[in-house]
Formats: sequence, structure tokens, C-alpha cells
Amino acid sequence: MTRDEITTGLAEILEEVAGVNPDDVAEGKSFTDDLDVDSLSMVEVVVAAEEKFGVKIPDNEVQNLKTVGDAVSYIAAQS
Amino acid sequence: MSRPDVVVTGLGATTPLGGDVASTWDAMLAGRSGVSALTQEWAEQLPVRIAAQLAVEPSEVLDRVRLRRLDRSEAIAIIAAQQAWADAGLAGSDLDGERLAVSVGSGIGGATTLLAQDDILEASGPRRVSPHTIPMLMPNGPAAWVGLELGAKAGVHSVASACATGAEAIALGLDIIRSGRADVVVAGGTEAVIHPLPIAGFSSMRAMSTRNDDPERASRPWDRGRDGFVLGEGAGIVVLERAEHAAARGARVYARLAGAGITSDAYDIVQPHAEGEGAIRAIAKAIADADVAKRDIVHVNAHATSTPIGDMLEIGGLHKALGDHPVLSATKSMTGHLLGAAGALESIATILAIRDSVVPPTINLDDPDPGLTLDVAAHKARHMEIPAALNNAFGFGGHNVALVFARP
Repeated sequence: MTRDEITTGLAEILEEVAGVNPDDVAEGKSFTDDLDVDSLSMVEVVVAAEEKFGVKIPDNEVQNLKTVGDAVSYIAAQS
Repeated sequence: MSRPDVVVTGLGATTPLGGDVASTWDAMLAGRSGVSALTQEWAEQLPVRIAAQLAVEPSEVLDRVRLRRLDRSEAIAIIAAQQAWADAGLAGSDLDGERLAVSVGSGIGGATTLLAQDDILEASGPRRVSPHTIPMLMPNGPAAWVGLELGAKAGVHSVASACATGAEAIALGLDIIRSGRADVVVAGGTEAVIHPLPIAGFSSMRAMSTRNDDPERASRPWDRGRDGFVLGEGAGIVVLERAEHAAARGARVYARLAGAGITSDAYDIVQPHAEGEGAIRAIAKAIADADVAKRDIVHVNAHATSTPIGDMLEIGGLHKALGDHPVLSATKSMTGHLLGAAGALESIATILAIRDSVVPPTINLDDPDPGLTLDVAAHKARHMEIPAALNNAFGFGGHNVALVFARP
């Protein structure tokens, strides 16, 4: 999967879970500061991403995933 | 310091009769039933297959993402509170949040969330359980969400007294304003538990009507053919305000919340006291608290749920505590029984009866029980001057609440 494909997949999840406009989702965006995803919604995003991309994202990793790009890199490395 | 008067300045509701107060009230005055057949697949195996479902789905009002994190009872509490807030002219106001409290309860709470998440737990494991589960099912959820929505910082309270909840939440609001803890209290009740488990539970108690083939005629308080209550869902919210505060901002006043009476039976967990002793005391306390002459209380919106025993006990209690002059309504004949929201919705009906000088009808009262010795506006609304009126609400657990509303 390319980084763009992962970003697009994350954008779909973010729209479903938190109502984020897919056009706003880009690698440089922070989940909390830019996309307004709160901590409970972030849990939903992680679980949905695990399912969509067939990866495991342990809770202690989630705190390191500040931006969409962080998440894309983690998922790309796992899958 | 003299006790402050408390007035009602805003109303909001979403009910089986309409998505707001105006449409609900119009339907009530027209004598329409909000009860219908449950056509969901899960209803097929149930002994009770009728209910009074919301006329307007929350998804028509709140956006999808917001609804993901709200129990249905929370969503409709927010919707009704937004309406009441706007109706009171407080939307966009600079009201000090530290002078605003919330008192909103539910009889059963987020039971449908609990059950749905348990299904997910069983099917997919704990990691799939929504992180919103706890705030969706916690009994203070509706009050907390309303408080968040409106910026209430003087306390959010969640009364739980089964089918007396909505009325008791309003009574608590009265206390809060009288004690000086807030100038404005957003108060009421919410309930949304049309789901097989609560229906099976109530029907195992033999408390519900099984008139499945005739839904609109199933809720028939005081009628000889009554066979139990019909479950309804909805929310009712009122804005209570210190009278001087309302006057200072030039608010429109619907009615005065003149007094409240709260008692408990200490008799049985579900059966009402055999002589209605606790109910009589609640009504008497409310009248005394209101400082309104009994003869001026000419209308009662009764608890009257359409159960064989409860309906008649209330009649006896009203005779003893109030006399034989009031004209009664059982609006549950149209709305079904909204449990924790019932006392709030019926307070709204009582307030509008005073404002519009009209007693709403009691439908389906075709063959009155011989024990019905008080006057009822059967089938049709009745126009009459109403200086003051009483609303009763009683709940499993032996809760009795009576509220007296009066012309401002």
C-alpha cells in the first residue's frame, strides 16, 4: 500500500468516526490540534485502522501518533 | 428574605405526537394517539407489540457524528433542551453560567446502549466496545450533556425516581432557585427504552397493555377495558427562572411553578400504597407549598397510566386531597407512558392548559370505570378558565410527586 492509499483510508475512517472533512486530511495534520479528534474518538480511529489495514497498534504506540503522517508511517511499517 | 417566586419561561419537547412542543400540543388538543404497532423484527416474539415511538427521529435534528456518542435518551434531552432554551429567549444570551443549573433525569437511562454494546462484546470481543459506552449509559448522561450544551456551571443534577423522575426533577429545580443556588434551572426528563428487554421486563410484571391489534385504543386510563400502560419515548424540558430575573430581562412567562410536594410510600417496591396515602400527602404538601386556594386548582393532569389498580387509587387520592371540583386529563391516553419523561411532558401540558384555558382530552374513555367519580374531559378538549392546575407523577419505588402551576 502506498502512503497516499493509507492516507485516503485514514481519511475515510476520520470522516466516519469524527466527521472530519476528507479534504482536510493530510500527512502534516495533527489529529487533536488540526482535525479536532478527541481522545475517545482517537480510540475509535485506532480500532478501525487496525481492522482496515490488518495491523496492530498497541495503546503505548498511540501517544506517538500525533499527526496523520505518524500514523501512515506506523501502518506502512507494519503492513 | 422572602421566598422568591419561580416562573416557567421556556418549553421544549420531542414526543410521540410531535418533534416540538407546538406540534405535540396541537395533537393533544385534537385527541390524536401517538401509539402504533412495533413493526421491528425483534417485536414479533414479544407479548407486547405496540409502543408510542418518537414522531421525529433524532437523526433529523442532530448530525450523524454527534449521535454516535449519544444514547437516544441523551440525544432527545439535548434536542428538547435546545428548544426550551431558544423558547425562553436565552439562545445567544450572556447569562452567567455560574447562575445556571440543570436538573434532568431518566427513569431507566442508557439501557439500550448497554444492551447494544453487550451484543458487540459477545460477538467481537472487548476491544470493539465503543469508548463512548460509559458516558452514553451513565444515568447522569442526559443532565451532563444538557449542561455542556448550555454552559451550566451551578451544578447538573440527575434525579432518578422511575416514573416520577420528570416531575421530581422540576421540583428539584424549584428548590434550587428558592435556595438561591441558581437563577435559571433547565429541568425535565427523558426516556428512550423501546427495546425488547425493557418491554419483556415490564410485560413480565403484567404492567403493560397487550391490545396489540388496536394500538391507538390501547392506552385508556379510567376506562373499564384498560389493561396496562403503553410504553412511550420522548423528552420534556422546561426553563425555570427566578421571577425577578425573568422580569428584569423582559422574558415571556408561561406560568408560575407555585409549589411542589414530594413523598415516599415506604410500603412496597412497586405496588402503590393501598389507600394512596403517599400520593394524598404529596398533593396536600404541594397545595400547602403553593399557597394557592384549593378551589382555584380546577384542573389536574393525572398520572393515570391505564393500569387497573393505579388509575383508581389516584382518583381516591384526588378526592381526599383536593375535593370533587377539578376537571381531569390523562394525556397518557395519547402519548403513552414516557416513564422518566412523563412528569415533565405532563407538566408542559399542564402549563399550556393554564395558558390556553383548555383542558386536553382523555381519549379512549368509552366506558368509564364506575370508580371514576371526578369530571374528565373525555374525547374532546374542554375550554375553561384555569387559574391553577396540578400535575401528579408516581413511580416504582413508592415515589409521589405533585406540582402546582398557576397563572403568572
